[in-house]
Amino acid sequence: MSGRTLFDKVWDEHVVDELGDGMQLMHVDRHLMNELSGHRGQEVIAERGLKTRNPDLTIGTLDHVVSTAPGSRGGGAAWADRIIQVFREESAKAGFPVYDFGDDGQGIVHVIGPELGFTLPGVLLVCGDSHTCTHGALGALAWGIGTSELVHVLATQTVAQQKPKTMRARFDGRPQRGVYAKDLILALIGKIGTAGGMGYAVEYAGEAIRGLDMEGRMTVCNLSIELGAKVGMVAPDEKTFAYVKGRRHAPKGELWDQALAHWKTLPTDPDAAFDLEHALDCSSLAPQVTWGTSPEDVAGVDGTVPDAKPEALAYMGLSPGQRIAGTKIDRVFIGSCTNSRLPDLRAAAEVVRGREVAKHVKAWAVPGSLRVKREAEAEGLHEVFLAAGFEWREAGCSMCVAANGDYVEPLARCVSTSNRNFAGRQGPQARTHLASPATAAASAIAGEIVDPRSFL
Amino acid sequence: MIFSPGKRSSLEKFKILKGVAAPLPRENVDTDYIIRIERCTRTPKAELGNYAFEMARFLPDGRENPEFVLNQPRYRGARILVCGAFFGTGSSREHAVWALAGMGIRCVIAPSFGQIFFGNCFQNGLLPIVLPADVVEGLMARASAAEPFEVNLENQTVNGQIRFEISPRRKKMLLEGLDELGLTLAMEPKIAAFQAADRARRPWIYRL
Repeated sequence: MSGRTLFDKVWDEHVVDELGDGMQLMHVDRHLMNELSGHRGQEVIAERGLKTRNPDLTIGTLDHVVSTAPGSRGGGAAWADRIIQVFREESAKAGFPVYDFGDDGQGIVHVIGPELGFTLPGVLLVCGDSHTCTHGALGALAWGIGTSELVHVLATQTVAQQKPKTMRARFDGRPQRGVYAKDLILALIGKIGTAGGMGYAVEYAGEAIRGLDMEGRMTVCNLSIELGAKVGMVAPDEKTFAYVKGRRHAPKGELWDQALAHWKTLPTDPDAAFDLEHALDCSSLAPQVTWGTSPEDVAGVDGTVPDAKPEALAYMGLSPGQRIAGTKIDRVFIGSCTNSRLPDLRAAAEVVRGREVAKHVKAWAVPGSLRVKREAEAEGLHEVFLAAGFEWREAGCSMCVAANGDYVEPLARCVSTSNRNFAGRQGPQARTHLASPATAAASAIAGEIVDPRSFL
Repeated sequence: MIFSPGKRSSLEKFKILKGVAAPLPRENVDTDYIIRIERCTRTPKAELGNYAFEMARFLPDGRENPEFVLNQPRYRGARILVCGAFFGTGSSREHAVWALAGMGIRCVIAPSFGQIFFGNCFQNGLLPIVLPADVVEGLMARASAAEPFEVNLENQTVNGQIRFEISPRRKKMLLEGLDELGLTLAMEPKIAAFQAADRARRPWIYRL
């Protein structure tokens, strides 16, 4: 018998029943909820007279509509406060915890899930947010769901799915200093396109992935959906187990030993076959920056704007042949479920330390969770950012989603560590360049897009 | 544990759809382009149709953009869209489907779709049809000439000759206006049995 992939092993373990023609009913081990998609699903549950079947497998937090203004502990507006209130009340009624303002567990769902040990290797985890693929970094099978599916999960603890095909993306070689997880995954998206992973569950493998810390692996998996794949995974290893051990919801004692033994069986067998394989050499990769309105519109920071996609270039206010480095910017955003974890903030602070943000640039550092914020402050990172002229803000999605009062002004140009450079994503007519935290931080100092390697 | 099926949600049955199809050849139409985030947070579901494709449909001063295809008299009220590759890429917001449905769209034809959007369509009585790029190109030409379209779900055909694939389960859901949740709630004994066996096998899952 030929070997099985990590994805196949985890998938097969969760099949409740066959629904015919390739559809299967899948058990959901972990349902992670945020106030925005969550409250909408809860309203439907109430309207239809249904119940949350497994509050014991569900947690919630506040991220999308919260204000990240320094000192804030509420929504970005009155309508946002109403959403938060509905979410709190319905969750309490259903009987599961919401990690609220003031709790370490408050923050972006995809930051707090792993931090709390809620995300574990081998679990099937869903959340009403497309970047749920992030949790695959721990070897979880995780994807984003819409409102109808969210209601379905609340009521039945299952989700009906068609099993995707498998793809392995191998990242070979060691990236140079100044090249980070964000650069690796942006380069892959640039190479195979935003539809390159469509219909596949992706496993990220290779020397460069093994070399990443857990947070870096989360950044890689986070952008799976930008590759067109709902699912992205990394095989769990000793780094994963060390990361999970001792966290709030992680198994303890005998259960830990049992779980660990199981997790060690999950990695892809050596003779397993994938439906599709891609490989990328990371040793010569430059830091990546997007120039268009799709994450696939990406180039090395030392490159030029290509003669392509005229509508995107018009929107971005760029011309073919123009050097990407040297493009003047107005805003810098370090944050989001892609790049708001402690190592991201450390990488940015390393660049910023002892320097000043350019006079014409407004720069923000937005930690992904209250825990990240507290840990960063314990290291004095906030002082580094503040001294340089950054704003140091509260935990939340902030101007990645622009649903909370944080946004980029019309026609303003922002280097952002988030995940989507779609037209209008960070605000009407906002121009977004996706990049790593180090590139974003260096650009804030330079006042223009710049190669971070000259700052290290 | 006993669950009542709850009140049924009512979906309009999908049989045969006839009429003009609006051409939208743009590729990578993302969910932000279909419905802006402000509308997902503040606009009642029933009104979302007024804001579908907002950035393209309206000028900065709020007037309709006469250039936008669905504002052109011959495509106004079109129930079918013929689109470029990777339609609905981006976020999981089901509001994108609600907005399209809200403006009367029942069928989207494209070479490929964002995967979460694709699944969300079936939950709302909207039929997404995947066809090869060259076939969509031919349909795009017909749509641009405002020739009449006919989408027949029972026969799985577009304009009589072009056959499309759809899973029997999803086809049944659309034809009968069924709601997936209702079907799954009836499977409760199987879910309970799965959990009982799984609890013995993976006890750490059930101890948060």
